[in-house]
Amino acid sequence: MNSQILDQLKRDKILDLLKTGKRIDGRTLDEQRQLIIETGVIPKANGSARVKLGNTEIITGVKIQLDKPFPDLGDKGILICTAEILPLADPNAEPGPPNEEVIELARVVDRGIRETEMIDLHQLVLIENKSVIGMFIDSSVIDSGGNLFDACSYASVAGILSCTVPKWEVKDEVPTLVEGVTSKPPIKTLPVSVTMARIGEYIIVDPTKDEESCMDARITITTNSDGNICAVQKGGSDGFTPEQLVQCSETALTVGRKIRKQFEQLM
Amino acid sequence: MVKTMTQLMTEDGIRCDGRRLDELRNISIKVGVLKNADGSAYIEFGKNKILAGVFGPRDVHPKHMANPDSGILRCRYHMSPFSVTERKNPAPSRREIEISKVIKEALQPSVILKDYPRTVIDVFIEVLQADGGSRCAALDAASVALADAGIPMRDLVSACAAGKVADRIVLDVNNEEDQEGQADMPVALMPNLGKVTLLQLDGMLKPEEFKTCMQTALVGCKRVYEIQRKALMEKYFQNGEQ
Repeated sequence: MNSQILDQLKRDKILDLLKTGKRIDGRTLDEQRQLIIETGVIPKANGSARVKLGNTEIITGVKIQLDKPFPDLGDKGILICTAEILPLADPNAEPGPPNEEVIELARVVDRGIRETEMIDLHQLVLIENKSVIGMFIDSSVIDSGGNLFDACSYASVAGILSCTVPKWEVKDEVPTLVEGVTSKPPIKTLPVSVTMARIGEYIIVDPTKDEESCMDARITITTNSDGNICAVQKGGSDGFTPEQLVQCSETALTVGRKIRKQFEQLM
Repeated sequence: MVKTMTQLMTEDGIRCDGRRLDELRNISIKVGVLKNADGSAYIEFGKNKILAGVFGPRDVHPKHMANPDSGILRCRYHMSPFSVTERKNPAPSRREIEISKVIKEALQPSVILKDYPRTVIDVFIEVLQADGGSRCAALDAASVALADAGIPMRDLVSACAAGKVADRIVLDVNNEEDQEGQADMPVALMPNLGKVTLLQLDGMLKPEEFKTCMQTALVGCKRVYEIQRKALMEKYFQNGEQ
């Protein structure tokens, strides 16, 4: 109950500031927090990244291993992105099976990378219908400071960009690992997820934890390098007008371009 | 690609199930189909067959979930094991948990929860047979069931998907189009308030297509609204009053 009163007070303060075009941390409405990307932080993984987006911090590891394809997708490799909020990341996070928020987080991150077709999955096939390369991109939130959607997505993309794919050679229908030979993953495009929150009539990019605690609704839009919109997820307990949604799609494209430049430096 | 296009749409824009680009599947809604629930509805939306039951406002269990300032809304979207081609494991999947969450958040703005502090309104949705667009159909039934339960509401929630199939924007994506098509965008609207309460997308759309696709879906939502309204009128104003 205390936290509800605090959230109401926070909301009043944040709304008052928004009326003057400012945010509680001094940013403009469409300004993201500083994004710091560090790659190769876990040498035992095939790829890894540590990403800081303001106070939010994520570690992502990419593991690549031999796998069987899904029965109906024999001509494609396997790509699975997950995300979890570690109990040390947030006073309200608990160990145990993931709750609906965490499941949504993981699925939205996965959808962004899958639907933009960032990785050419056809190139991960070793023997059609039998043997493929599987890429597992697991993100852990280690400090939660709001906008976990974008932070996990950026960490996953950075992890993929930094990874090296082992080489398997097919001999007599059996894939065998070739020691010491690796290649870059088959990357087709760079997905950028941009999350916006609506507080009152204002739409702000990259909400902090405080802003999220008093937002009305949230939207995450993922775009690719060609400026297409590939994945959308609305969240939160209220809605948007169609005009606001069109505005959000345009913001996602412009803000996305800046982040994409940062990704390009990793390639 | 060429193969898919001939399968999904003819050159003059007739879709694999014979519909035009802007045509909805057949929709029928029945209100008050369950005896025990406080409100209920059954929808057939193309091949989708979905039941929704509403219980409450009632005591919250577990108690710590209760909110002293407002009622809470809970939602469970569940698919029967026999609802799809391959038997589905009856345990809730991650997909079902996510859909439960987005449906809850789509209904929440329409329900006046402030009137019922410390209580819960439970919405249970059972997909008996699934076709494409089951989350939208489920949402349509759930909103009607909430109205049937006599819960004070600001508006109904009407949902419908649009998508991109064979390079064209189409209304109400069916199962084949969802599997083989280029984009699927489920949308929910509160028609009288003009507010979008659910929006998801997977697929690839140019910015202009994004706008057209959303507009197409919104037109579909408004048509679904008329069907929902008629279903409620049939139960409550049989003699043609009001």
